[in-house]
Amino acid sequence: MRRSIQFLLLTATSLTLFLLLPLHARHAQQQSGGDIKQQMAGLRNLQVTDLCLATEARYTRHPAMADRHAPFQEHPLALEHFPSGSLILPTLPARGTP
Amino acid sequence: MIELSGITKSFNGGKPNQFTAVDNVTLTVSPQQITAFKGPSGSGKTSLLTMIGCMARPTSGRIFLRGVAAAVPFQQEGVDAVEITSLPERFLNEIRRSTFGFIFQQFNLVKGITVLENVMLPAYPTGEGRALFRARAESLLEQFGIARLAGQRVELLSGGELQRVAITRALINNPSIIIADEPTAHLDSKLSRDFMEIVGRLKGEGKSVLIASHDPIVFDSPLIDTLVEMRDGTVTDSRSCR
Amino acid sequence: MKRAVERHLNILEFTLASLLRRRAKNLSLLAMYLLVIFMLASLLFFVTALKREAAIILSDAPDMVVQRLVAGRQDLVPAGYSAEIARIRGVTAVRPRLWGYYYDTLNGANYTVMASDDPAVKPEWASIGAGVAQSRNLAVGDLLPLTSYDKTPLMVEIGLIFPSSSNLIAADLIVISPGDFTRLFNFPNGQATDLAVTVRNPKELPTVAAKIASRFPDSRPILKSEIQRTYQSIFDWRGGMTLIVLASSLLSFIIFAWDKATGLSAEERREIGILKSIGWETSDVLLLKFWEGVVISLTAFLLGTVLAYGHVFFLSAPLFAQALKGWSVIYPRFQLVPVVDAYQLALLFFLTVVPYTTATVIPCWRAATIDPDAAMRY
Repeated sequence: MRRSIQFLLLTATSLTLFLLLPLHARHAQQQSGGDIKQQMAGLRNLQVTDLCLATEARYTRHPAMADRHAPFQEHPLALEHFPSGSLILPTLPARGTP
Repeated sequence: MIELSGITKSFNGGKPNQFTAVDNVTLTVSPQQITAFKGPSGSGKTSLLTMIGCMARPTSGRIFLRGVAAAVPFQQEGVDAVEITSLPERFLNEIRRSTFGFIFQQFNLVKGITVLENVMLPAYPTGEGRALFRARAESLLEQFGIARLAGQRVELLSGGELQRVAITRALINNPSIIIADEPTAHLDSKLSRDFMEIVGRLKGEGKSVLIASHDPIVFDSPLIDTLVEMRDGTVTDSRSCR
Repeated sequence: MKRAVERHLNILEFTLASLLRRRAKNLSLLAMYLLVIFMLASLLFFVTALKREAAIILSDAPDMVVQRLVAGRQDLVPAGYSAEIARIRGVTAVRPRLWGYYYDTLNGANYTVMASDDPAVKPEWASIGAGVAQSRNLAVGDLLPLTSYDKTPLMVEIGLIFPSSSNLIAADLIVISPGDFTRLFNFPNGQATDLAVTVRNPKELPTVAAKIASRFPDSRPILKSEIQRTYQSIFDWRGGMTLIVLASSLLSFIIFAWDKATGLSAEERREIGILKSIGWETSDVLLLKFWEGVVISLTAFLLGTVLAYGHVFFLSAPLFAQALKGWSVIYPRFQLVPVVDAYQLALLFFLTVVPYTTATVIPCWRAATIDPDAAMRY
């Protein structure tokens, strides 16, 4: 088989895979839709305000609840909890309240 | 038949380093013959050949192609020759591709790819089916006795083999006119004579051959039909050798 | 039509032969390019999926959370506040929340402890997250000893382990009864960590918040929209992680394109000259260069994106895990629900494939337009 045909086949395959991605995503979203509602029955009542992403400090675990002071209580550069401290910024106030 | 009328080619026009390569040349090249252009380097042979071969445009003057199949679609009404000097680039290229085959002094083969690929290269952009020109390439290689080198890289070939590859490449699009610029410059006497033999064969197949050379093996060869002598951009002599 | 297709195929054939001549160089170029796309696309998928999760999960967050600040730091909220806030017009409910952090000396992990009024949560009984269970090797029915502030142990029986699919909410969670919570932390009576306020009309939230702030100057109301916005902005392109990956990827990218854009080598120029001399037109040469750019960049883009999808949605993005995890002991292995943002993918395509192909074609313009006769003199 000619090289050019080989290349075009390879490209066609990866293009197909690429185009299947959103279809797979949509399918998976529909699948999980039911799950979340179910499992969250008990958890929904807790009314959590933050996602559990980084658990090493208050302001990384609950960035929405943290005030600007919290990170600086440890170190101005938040090095104590590097890199998540540098990656997760505390929430910005909307109306001038601290 | 190729008619040149008042052809002049100058470079850097108007500037202090203006240089006239070809000066007011009027010439007729007959078809199905071997025409040799003799003269020292700098006499304008190469420039003249590039203009005949539709590779470059003259600064002034006109070139007519008569009886050239590929040029016929561009013919004007009531005229049986095509004036190529005024044609747009695209049409000129089309004529060049199907009419002329070139053999260069330095062979100009592409390194890093095989002999077969080199031979097929001029056919790539024509849109012809690959199977077709591949078959043609292979039979040409066979014809010139270098079929066994088809898969080899050109870097590994000898001078004579390179010469044959260059000739084969020039023939891939079935041109009716072959133009060779100093083809024997890098060959020894035997290979030079072999080259002239091949040229004779090509003439026998009905092709026209134009050769620019200052090698006596070429211009003294009995196969030459017409000898054109050039010096300083002008034709000093043009005679039939028959 | 057929001629056009054949022409493209033939020129593509030469492009591939040409690229294969410097196999090692071009393969490594492809690999690096693929890596850049992979990183960018992974980030894109990761961030978009997390934003989606955040939007879903945080839709259940309270309308407003009221904290109390003393000397700029968060302090406990007295119960009296909740009674008064409940009287504000528009407020339908005020729930004092008890929650905090528990540091586990055994494995150095931080757990989030929440008290729940749910009658299912009995005294000396806990539901825990999958991360906690895994970290302490616990199963339903086991006993978990928690050390209270006065050093006395509080034993809770594990009654429920939240499924790992809920990790983004509950991985580090321990849910216990309010009584146990108070005991564990020696929590003062009549105080709460913060107040969850429900408001009848969401449009009135800013008004209610303003009223609370003026009635209790030491309070800090946090609106649901602010909570949600926090997460949208964490993963925004201005956010730390995104910015770093983006910047380094763009930089590497500029380096490739630079190599191409700074012009042709003498060898390449000569080769173009040869092609012109044997009958290739300018457009043919440019098509050759175009294919050269496309072969590398399109392959890198398609494969890189597909691999990134697998990386993020099938393998749970192990590369980013390290960055987010930091010093955390519990890092939730969460299976993100796949999301594809077509707009951003298209943007990625136009920011990578198009510039690269252009950088390959443009420098050749000059060389490609030389007269064939000039080529003859090489």
